Amino acid sequence: MLFMIIVCFYPMLYVLFVSFSNAALFMEHQGPLLKPLGFTLNSYKMVFKDPMILKGYVNTIFIVVVGTCINIIMTALCAYFLSRKNVMFRTPIMIFVTFTMFFGGGLIPFYLTVRNVGLYNSHWALILPTVINTYNMIIMRTGFQGIPDSMEESAKIDGAGHLTILFRIIIPLAKPVIAVMVLYYAVGHWNSWFNAMIFLQDREKFPLQLILREILIQNDMSQMTTGVGLLDQEAVAETIKYAVIVVATLPILLIYPFLQKYFVQGIMIGAIKG
Amino acid sequence: MKTKSFRLRFKKDLQQNWTLYLLIFPVIIYYFIFHYRPMGGAIIAFKDYVPKKGIWGSNWVGFKHFINFFKSNFFFRIFKNTVVINVSTLIFGFPAPIILALLINEIKRKNFKKTVQTITYLPHFISLVVVAGVIKDFTADYGIINDIIAFFGGERRTLLNFPHLFVPIYVISDIWQGVGWGSIIYLAALSSIDPALYEAAEIDGAGRWKQTLAITIPSILPTIVIMLILRMGSIFNVGYEKIILLYNPLIYETSDVISSFVYRRGLLEANYSFSTAVGLFNSVLNFSMLLIANSISRKVNETSLW
Repeated sequence: MLFMIIVCFYPMLYVLFVSFSNAALFMEHQGPLLKPLGFTLNSYKMVFKDPMILKGYVNTIFIVVVGTCINIIMTALCAYFLSRKNVMFRTPIMIFVTFTMFFGGGLIPFYLTVRNVGLYNSHWALILPTVINTYNMIIMRTGFQGIPDSMEESAKIDGAGHLTILFRIIIPLAKPVIAVMVLYYAVGHWNSWFNAMIFLQDREKFPLQLILREILIQNDMSQMTTGVGLLDQEAVAETIKYAVIVVATLPILLIYPFLQKYFVQGIMIGAIKG
Repeated sequence: MKTKSFRLRFKKDLQQNWTLYLLIFPVIIYYFIFHYRPMGGAIIAFKDYVPKKGIWGSNWVGFKHFINFFKSNFFFRIFKNTVVINVSTLIFGFPAPIILALLINEIKRKNFKKTVQTITYLPHFISLVVVAGVIKDFTADYGIINDIIAFFGGERRTLLNFPHLFVPIYVISDIWQGVGWGSIIYLAALSSIDPALYEAAEIDGAGRWKQTLAITIPSILPTIVIMLILRMGSIFNVGYEKIILLYNPLIYETSDVISSFVYRRGLLEANYSFSTAVGLFNSVLNFSMLLIANSISRKVNETSLW
């Protein structure tokens, strides 16, 4: 058990250590690290000097905030509809919606559709096509169904229409489920990169993960290391990479411990349905 | 008689629920545009799609692209890789969360249990880009894994350049990232087992191992089966995002899968019709696997998705 924890945790610890290490010392060193080598904030300084990182952050925050809002609204509408009992077209629409979980047109038709709708090179291409995650919607629907009918009944007697029921009763009572959904969608947006890669052309619009990809995968750090001597560049590159990783993942790591139980709750609610 | 009743019901329903239908309207539009329209767009797999001519203006070529695909050199390779990677992830990756759940369930000290859970869930939230970046760095010839290899006298090599190493790297990192999160659902199932069953078994003289076999596993079997079915449904959708981040031309022979192939041919080389055909093949395969897995499960026990 202990072994598992170490293996699970160590890579993250290592990344943290290297990001604070002195570049030259790190290059010479071999093997696992037990602590940062020559504690320095140099790598972080270089990371923040790069305007693209900041821009990436801003872009991602925009997408996360706006995207998640729209996600929740749309998902709630759908979940609310599908959780109501005496609606005639509920089953056909349910099938209409869940079928998309099992079959899709494929990447290319999806790409062409988004382009044809005019969303190419726009942040909206990252928000609109994935507005409802059907799996999440089902979790929300289960949550809504858990609210006792008696509430709905008494509201109806008082003359409430569907909209009133939705906003005055269901949403306040379903706050935990909605909170979980906010988390799921937000994390999803934060970590997403693929749609950004295929739909965005201007580097100015790149979200954080895409910039990360340039640095980590394509090993393209020329934007960042200007002003550093050529020999030093290679050494600095490594520690910068790790610093960037920390900078990009930090928000998630910070909120995670506090919200962990909500994440778990989400799966539980989904599990009961399953 | 039936039609009359339908029209009456319909009118009543509309009167009662028109606000509901108003609410669902944007939702339907969304699904229609971004899910069903692409499905219809898949028809370009049967045409020689040229963007200028549009879908209707392009020539119909029937199964030409499919035949080309099946006859090509790539077909065997990417099909094999898709199956290999998926089966490997299934064999090693599917049981891992179950085992972890069983282990975590045994922990008596609450604090320790919580800590273990928190730590093992964490990797799931780290983005793929970061994970791939870390993998690339660890497996580089100057990376930490090679440091360990060199320590034991081995030779330093950039591990991601070797085809036969790709699948292990992929599967192991998949397990690292997913084992914690995947165990949640099994832990939930485990916590709903009646403790009285265990007590009764102990009285009957059953040891820990026997208890696990006779009580624990059968109780979570429905959960395992459902998870397996869901897994089967995406069997041909091998996580292409991760593969695209990790692979390079040197290791295409073991890392290129159907989805990554579609991406390269379709988006990078703009071979729209051909790659849509491959993608369609992929979707159909997935769907059939889902149907098969579901009906097998229904026959074997009563659990099924629908």
